Amino acid sequence: MDIIIGGILLGGTYVLMALGLQLQYGVARIMNLANGEILVAGAFGAFWFYSGFQVNPFLAIMVIIPLAFILNWGIYRYLLAPLVRRAKSRGQLEVDSILATFGLSFILVGLMLAVFGGDYFSYAYLESAVIILEQPYGLDRIAAFCASAALCIVLILWLNHTRSGLALRAVAVNPAAASLVAIKVSRTSALAFAIGGAVTASGGALLSMFLTFDASIGVIFTLKALIIVILGGVGEIRGTIAAAFMLGLAETAVASLIDPGLTLAAAYLLFVVILLVRPQGLFGGRT
Amino acid sequence: MKHILQIIGVGALSISAAFFTLGQPRAAEVIKIGAVAPKTGPLAGGSTVSHWPNLKLWVSQVNGRGGLKLKSGRAKIELIEYDDRTNPGETIKAVQRLATQDKVDFIIAPYGTGLNLAAAPIFAKYGYPQISVTAITDKVPELTKRYPGLFFMLGNTTAFTQSVADILKKLVADGKIGNRVAMVNVADAFGIELANAARPVFKAAGLDIVYDKSYPLGTQDLSPVVKGAKAANPDAFIAWSYPPDTFGLTAQAKIVGLNVKAFYTAVATAFPVYAGKFGGAIENVLGAGGINPDTAEMKAYRKAHKEVTGKDADYWASAVVYASLQILEQAIEAVGSKDRKAVTAHIKANSFDTVIGPVKFNNQNNDKFWTVGQWQNGVFYGVSSTGRPGARSVRLKSGW
Repeated sequence: MDIIIGGILLGGTYVLMALGLQLQYGVARIMNLANGEILVAGAFGAFWFYSGFQVNPFLAIMVIIPLAFILNWGIYRYLLAPLVRRAKSRGQLEVDSILATFGLSFILVGLMLAVFGGDYFSYAYLESAVIILEQPYGLDRIAAFCASAALCIVLILWLNHTRSGLALRAVAVNPAAASLVAIKVSRTSALAFAIGGAVTASGGALLSMFLTFDASIGVIFTLKALIIVILGGVGEIRGTIAAAFMLGLAETAVASLIDPGLTLAAAYLLFVVILLVRPQGLFGGRT
Repeated sequence: MKHILQIIGVGALSISAAFFTLGQPRAAEVIKIGAVAPKTGPLAGGSTVSHWPNLKLWVSQVNGRGGLKLKSGRAKIELIEYDDRTNPGETIKAVQRLATQDKVDFIIAPYGTGLNLAAAPIFAKYGYPQISVTAITDKVPELTKRYPGLFFMLGNTTAFTQSVADILKKLVADGKIGNRVAMVNVADAFGIELANAARPVFKAAGLDIVYDKSYPLGTQDLSPVVKGAKAANPDAFIAWSYPPDTFGLTAQAKIVGLNVKAFYTAVATAFPVYAGKFGGAIENVLGAGGINPDTAEMKAYRKAHKEVTGKDADYWASAVVYASLQILEQAIEAVGSKDRKAVTAHIKANSFDTVIGPVKFNNQNNDKFWTVGQWQNGVFYGVSSTGRPGARSVRLKSGW
């Protein structure tokens, strides 16, 4: 039982890392290698609000979300849209966007380094124990899990029950066909990219409660998010969520039952097995 | 005609230039010093705390005094910095560039064990002394024999594990704790080497290792590790950890209620941000390093560090990095020139007064260093060393 709860909590953390990338890659077709840096920027934002103004991370998110939305909208509009326009095929766009966002990740690291310095950052918020079924868990992790669950529900409701959500899904399935039914593909893509960035940044703000971070740690989160998105299937929000929880459970089970040293091995084994059995990912449709 | 005018013009310029230099004959002399260490990448967090601020402090102090005293007069330091992105290949390239392109007079040793060892051959090739601080290894005798300009200051793996074993052995002998030890390590060169060194040493000290696991670098959830350790019902918890996991393990131990009487985490326990995050909860936590904060030199150093860099020095490597710069400074001034060979020979042969006390290299190795420290009333005091005075006695931890 301890393993299941621990795994679910870790899965919630992974959802926060990967959900934004899923929106950006699945809909806007941008394989955003600066995903981790956006996450770390969110963490810095939360840290700044908390240490400077005693504003708790949950309130800070209310400010971080719109700021990250605007920033990512700008990134898409001025940096990535030209790539989208000139790309002849999806493959070319992926290569171009990987290169562009890889460069962007260095710029973001440099900016954060210049503003905050290279130290480790860590603060304690809600760092107390909650007893569930006689086992202690960190309140910060539970709070982050609840926030990530809320985020997922809002996103899924929006995608499945609103017109703009429907447009987003249409673009994810087939951008060419979507433009035939009067969906503005470029605007929808920008929207997806900006929302993805906002989700990632708010994830960073939540993770900052219990993870120690520094300006150049982003790449760790990018890699984890990449694995989860591929595992879940490109363009599938539910797949990403399922993959995140699967990974969390698998890692916690291996760490508790076998050896904590094997968690990475377990994660990659799971990754390889899924790719062998279902190359399109857990929920991915056939292409 | 035009030609002649040009010649006159150039002549006038060079004459005025000559006057300019004659007027201020020595103020223009500089000594170029190169530095390469991580500003980004996995080790950047550590180097930003322990390494870079000390370079800044030292250069500002030396230049504030008017520069280094050479026989030809005072020479101000011009510092050239490179970021190696925590990549050994970049470290080597940067050292090469400093030596051949920038033609610097001296190079500060890089940051971290791996990067220092990677750069050692290139320092040796160009004949630069390399006073390594943040490099801890048991291979000191072999390395110093191979590289005649390489010095070590912070200690070796066995001494660090031996000190921890000695502390626990004494607590057991005094009847204060039982002999059950839970030991974890980060699965990275540093953690693995320390854990391997610790196993035989702990056994020889009569300690019973009841939990012995590793976890990958960058593990996001350390609660299974701490819960596993707690389930083994240990009397002491020892973690050969790196900065992000030092924080993670401590936070989890607090949450899970791992109430051992001796709790030890390795790197970053001595960082000010550790105390900043956990506050009073870390009272009596043991960690790698330590200093004697009560000496006048150390007090002055910590005050100046805060004033010049705006942040607190850590309680371990910071002061030793600064001491390595003091040694370089004293050696250059004693020799009185930029002669690298003579400076290296001087470092080998003499004793230096530094912020950590007198340092005399024994076969290019400083064998008097702090090994274990403990947070007591908000200060991380050295509690065990290999010959540094002022160690405090170890206290027992009572809950979080």
